[in-house]
Amino acid sequence: MKRWWIWIIAGLLPLQAFALTGEEVMKKSQAAFLYPGTDFKARVVMKLINKGGQERVRELTMLRKNMGEAGGEQKYFMYFFRPADVKDMSFMTYKYPAKDDDRWLFIPAINMVKRIAAQDKRSSFVGSDFTYEDVSGRDLEDDNHVIEREGKVGNRDCYVVKSTPKGTDADFGYKLTWVDTSTFLPLKEEQFDKKGAPYKVFTADEVADVQGIPTVVKRSMKNLQTGHRTEVAYLNTGYNLGIEDSLFSERFLRQPLRKWVE
Amino acid sequence: MMSRLAALCFVLLLAPPAARAEVALSGFLQQNTAANTVAANPDGRHYKWLEERAQLKLDASGGAWRLLAKGDFSYDHLGRQDQSELREGYVDYTAGNWDMRIGRQVITWGLGDLVFVNDVFPKDHEALFAGRPLEYLKRGVDAVKLGAYPEFANFELVLSPGFRESRIPDANRFHLYDPMPAVMNRETIKPGQGDVGLRIYRDVAGYDAALYLYRGFQRTPSMRPDSMTAPTKISYFYPQLSVYGASVSGRAGDGVLSLEAAYYDSRQDRSGSDFTVPNSQTRLLAGYQIQPAEDLSLAFQYYAEIMQDYGAYLAALPAGFPVEKRWNHTVTARLTQFFRHQTLRLSAYASYNASNGDRFVNPELRYSFTDKVWGAIGANVFGGKPWGQFGQLSHDDNVYLQVRFNF
Repeated sequence: MKRWWIWIIAGLLPLQAFALTGEEVMKKSQAAFLYPGTDFKARVVMKLINKGGQERVRELTMLRKNMGEAGGEQKYFMYFFRPADVKDMSFMTYKYPAKDDDRWLFIPAINMVKRIAAQDKRSSFVGSDFTYEDVSGRDLEDDNHVIEREGKVGNRDCYVVKSTPKGTDADFGYKLTWVDTSTFLPLKEEQFDKKGAPYKVFTADEVADVQGIPTVVKRSMKNLQTGHRTEVAYLNTGYNLGIEDSLFSERFLRQPLRKWVE
Repeated sequence: MMSRLAALCFVLLLAPPAARAEVALSGFLQQNTAANTVAANPDGRHYKWLEERAQLKLDASGGAWRLLAKGDFSYDHLGRQDQSELREGYVDYTAGNWDMRIGRQVITWGLGDLVFVNDVFPKDHEALFAGRPLEYLKRGVDAVKLGAYPEFANFELVLSPGFRESRIPDANRFHLYDPMPAVMNRETIKPGQGDVGLRIYRDVAGYDAALYLYRGFQRTPSMRPDSMTAPTKISYFYPQLSVYGASVSGRAGDGVLSLEAAYYDSRQDRSGSDFTVPNSQTRLLAGYQIQPAEDLSLAFQYYAEIMQDYGAYLAALPAGFPVEKRWNHTVTARLTQFFRHQTLRLSAYASYNASNGDRFVNPELRYSFTDKVWGAIGANVFGGKPWGQFGQLSHDDNVYLQVRFNF
């Protein structure tokens, strides 16, 4: 009993260890995962795999440019190579914090640029298990974030953050994110539906060093309720390429510059 | 036609830029059938469309140059001769703040969904009504397109040395309204000169704004009999036309709002007193598109055509001809719903003209069997007065099938 105070301190330790709040962890995670560099390019290969193992492949080039600080406005440009019926299609998003995105689609079949509605950010991205928000980020203000505990993914130490939507429009009830304590990349995410049943699992399957920036180059999302999953590989990744602001325009939506999309 | 196409492909393949270019060859094989559901064609056949088609696409680029050629080869089971055509064939040159496209190209202007306000470029109305894939709605123009992109706005100038008309439904396959069916002697006179269009566009406070100018001709023909009392011959011609228009689109509430307007200056008959030439006209369009749930989108349009010189039109119209209203109000709706990870798409388009009862409905179900093979089934249903745009086609309802294998 002489050492009673040790037990008190031990009991307080996990709380003291969290010098960061849940919001701060998620903010750093967003910066590490979705905002590194001034711009970013990757050739994205998505495999959509159904319960029976049948595969469909979506292949595109993704370009991203930050318009300011992490957490601020971004522009995305995507150019599709596969499947054949969407070849040459391009898609552009101006992403704003705390406001609906602007989205444009170029439909090569009739050579038309169309502005498209974007209020449903929880929609599937090109039919995959990833939503638009999974690709380009969810507003941090949409959820309450609390650090639940510390955990490990493989041998990496992680904060386990519970995020609960403030509104009712999300398709999930809450999610747990395993955020690497040193890189702040999300290594795993478990989403639960509104009844609390396991819904979707995200895993960062490979993290590579790209120009000194830890980057998730392989990731997957599995829908536990349907058995459908999507595996994504980022190839030919690069940061700070000097992508011009003018690329994100109707002109290049119609005629993408080869040097950027190839 | 075939030899011209072959010669073009040959020239394109040997073009100097190809030496250091990246070259991609792709294409598809397609079956397309549309069967009548109400009545046989005027020529007695039971199909609106029945063909096999192959498309070859060559896409080569090197440096600032790009070359694209899309050629179709098809076999029509309904008696049309050589259906092969060069769909598109152009060379692009891209510089820092300007670019150029020369050759046959598809150009689409404006914001309408199967409603055309500032899209003055040729269409294939027959393709739409005969259940062909959407890309066949547009016909290429042989033109030079120059783009200039200074800081304050974007400019797109289209110069066509030769006029290309829209394709209207074939009278052998569709029941078209004809006010003088007894006159068999008919000729078509195409304009001997080309046309020019200019589009200027830029962002204005988060909205996409554009101005459009066009000087050329109506894309669908007007008919003129040699005599009103005892006609022996009918001439089809393309009246002179200028169009001045504007459009704006952007986010509004939870959806996207589109507004478009144009004035159709019927240069060949500014007084409106020649009944064979369309009256000058104002066209207005308001569209709204929302996405109320995952993989579901709804789009609505209100479209109006307003005749400019209605009094002159009424005074000049011969007795016995159908009388159009001054205002033509049309509403359209489109629903698009995806299923099965966006591999199955249900879409339905409906258009109703509140002024003359004209209506058109096009439901379609499309499924991607694999990444290379897709198929679609759908229907075209028409109704309205016998002289209306859709009403005259009320015996031409059809169901269609499209199957495509991409390679």
